[in-house]
Amino acid sequence: MTSQSAPPRASGLDDGTAEGRVYNVSGQDWDQLVAAADEIADSPGTGHMVINMGPQHPSTHGVLRLILTLDGETVTECRVGIGYLHTGIEKNMEYRTWTQGVTFCTRADYLMPIFNEMSYCLSVERLLGIEDRIPDRAQIIRVLMMELNRVGSHLGGLGPFGLELGATTIFLQAMRMRENVLDLMELITGLRMNHAFIRPGGVAQDLPPGALEKIREFLRQAPAWTSDLHKLMDSNPVFVGRTKNIAYLDLEGCMALAVTGPLLRSAGLPWDLRKSQPYCGYETYDFEVPTRTSCDTYGRYLIRMDEVDQSLRLIEQCVDRLAGKRPDDDPWMIPDAKVGWPARLSLGPDGMGPSPEHIAHIMGQSMEALIHHFKLVTEGFRVPAGQAYVPIESPKGELGCHVVSDGGTRPYRAHLRDPSFHHLQALAALCEGALLADVIPAIASIDPVIGGVDR
Amino acid sequence: MSDSTGASEPEGTEESANLPAQAGQQRLSEPVARQGLFGVTTSGDTSGYGGLLVRVPPEVSSPRPYGGYFDELSDELARVLEADGTGFGDAIERVIADRGELTFHVRRERLIEVATKLRDEPNLSFELCTGVSGVHYPAEPGRELRAVYHLLSITKNRRVRLEVATADSDRHIPSLVDVYPALDWHERETWDFFGIIFDGHPSLTRIEMPDDWKGHPQRKDYPLGGIPVEYRGTKVPPPDERRSYA
Repeated sequence: MTSQSAPPRASGLDDGTAEGRVYNVSGQDWDQLVAAADEIADSPGTGHMVINMGPQHPSTHGVLRLILTLDGETVTECRVGIGYLHTGIEKNMEYRTWTQGVTFCTRADYLMPIFNEMSYCLSVERLLGIEDRIPDRAQIIRVLMMELNRVGSHLGGLGPFGLELGATTIFLQAMRMRENVLDLMELITGLRMNHAFIRPGGVAQDLPPGALEKIREFLRQAPAWTSDLHKLMDSNPVFVGRTKNIAYLDLEGCMALAVTGPLLRSAGLPWDLRKSQPYCGYETYDFEVPTRTSCDTYGRYLIRMDEVDQSLRLIEQCVDRLAGKRPDDDPWMIPDAKVGWPARLSLGPDGMGPSPEHIAHIMGQSMEALIHHFKLVTEGFRVPAGQAYVPIESPKGELGCHVVSDGGTRPYRAHLRDPSFHHLQALAALCEGALLADVIPAIASIDPVIGGVDR
Repeated sequence: MSDSTGASEPEGTEESANLPAQAGQQRLSEPVARQGLFGVTTSGDTSGYGGLLVRVPPEVSSPRPYGGYFDELSDELARVLEADGTGFGDAIERVIADRGELTFHVRRERLIEVATKLRDEPNLSFELCTGVSGVHYPAEPGRELRAVYHLLSITKNRRVRLEVATADSDRHIPSLVDVYPALDWHERETWDFFGIIFDGHPSLTRIEMPDDWKGHPQRKDYPLGGIPVEYRGTKVPPPDERRSYA
């Protein structure tokens, strides 16, 4: 790494930035490393080892880098390095229209794309002053999509967690259920992730024919799948041993670090924005906020499983509402020609595109419709100047989008307050003083996704 | 109590200032923010709107009542700030109640004090600060850089926003990490992206960009970059060189 005389070796860095010796552990130097560890062990209290975990470590949920100072196997200091997946999503959004912004922010936390879209769209809608005019059908579809996504996100967190603890079956069971969720989302939005489905003013398109039946079929099978997961984990001695009393963070710690989501609820506080500051009509649904008082990784696991059950309840209520008798005029996009995306999509022989009826309407019947279509698609709508911050309860905690408008057709500034970014700050509080092996459950109990952390 | 606050000061002069002719005169005396309808300056703009002058809107406070819990919250904050003998108007430059959200524009010298009061006073009790986000307004000299804090009170189920402005030539804002420890990474991110120096932060280093990066990418004077892309025989310019309609 430091000099041209190359075979991988244990050596001190020459550039003077490192204190002590550096071991690259890049092959054929294992003996030296073991000897060095013995040397440290022979003189306890005098030496410590700094270990780089990541950014390419499979257990760190993406390109997360931990700089761990170890005394034996005990972590005495944990520093977190992020930024390896920074893609400039926020900067890019400043150069696209308000509608195109959805396409970018959905890619931030890629396990919960619908929530990124939702918080951005709610902020834009507040700036536009159209919060009360969103059609009911759009709100129900939004809740449906969010809850499907919540199930997918929790399973996408719990499955790999099992794998990190060495349990392949947990991973496969969780992924099997998640795959069914993704199938539903693909059926509805056309994509498994990065949907760009929720738009300012409503949703991109109506549910396709047969979607409700597919969701009902999923709801029939889901309880058996969650029960399988419970059987695999709840009293599995290895799982319980690796999670109970691990990564302890009590209410005081949560408050000091402004931690929200399952971590806060595992400390016993039933704080859920769907209940306390409802949006999209959540106050009209029947569901509970699961809590635990154990403040540990096991409690957070149980909360996530309970939330999956609650989400299934919510999905069922959405399906019932959507299956009810539809009025003749039941739009899924705000009926405002100045904001609502004009095109209606349909499936043609060469894929999804504007429907022939819509083309006939704008080209042959209505000059105004053509003008609105042209203006909205080329320059987009204008948003009155001001700023808004609308937080929502994502699977990981409070997700908010701070949106600033200067009155133009593009966001002047869009900032995603991502719960993964925020909660990774708490990692030191969760693992310092614990064993090295407990760092992995500690990360998994935060459930960070680096796409959201780095944006 | 509300009569003695700075937020309601302009009320006395309001009647005469609201006359249309005077309001128009006032607007003409404001500095010009930008010219022309379109952002394109390289091509001949034939739209006829090239002579348009857009002026900077005057900075005003929202009139009372703000609505909801905002009045009660402002009164309480004014009370605890005045109990210290320093006063509300000295710490809070403007109060904006807009679209159901309350914003206090805080003078940066008083930021720590205001945040501490908001956190500690039992009638305010904003326990959580959910982060700080920067905004860059190059067209507003002397207040180019803003730090925007969003506070949350779980006890009272309320939210409030603090906004602090500083000049680009003097990019310092006191750090709130001592008051809200969770702001650690957020302040680092705002330094990284906007170059705002949070005085008193324990280790203000870059967080998203590499340590040796030059510049602060979210500032408006930092280019987006990008290359033209050829698509179906025509060149599509990079996003920051396309026509802007703002």
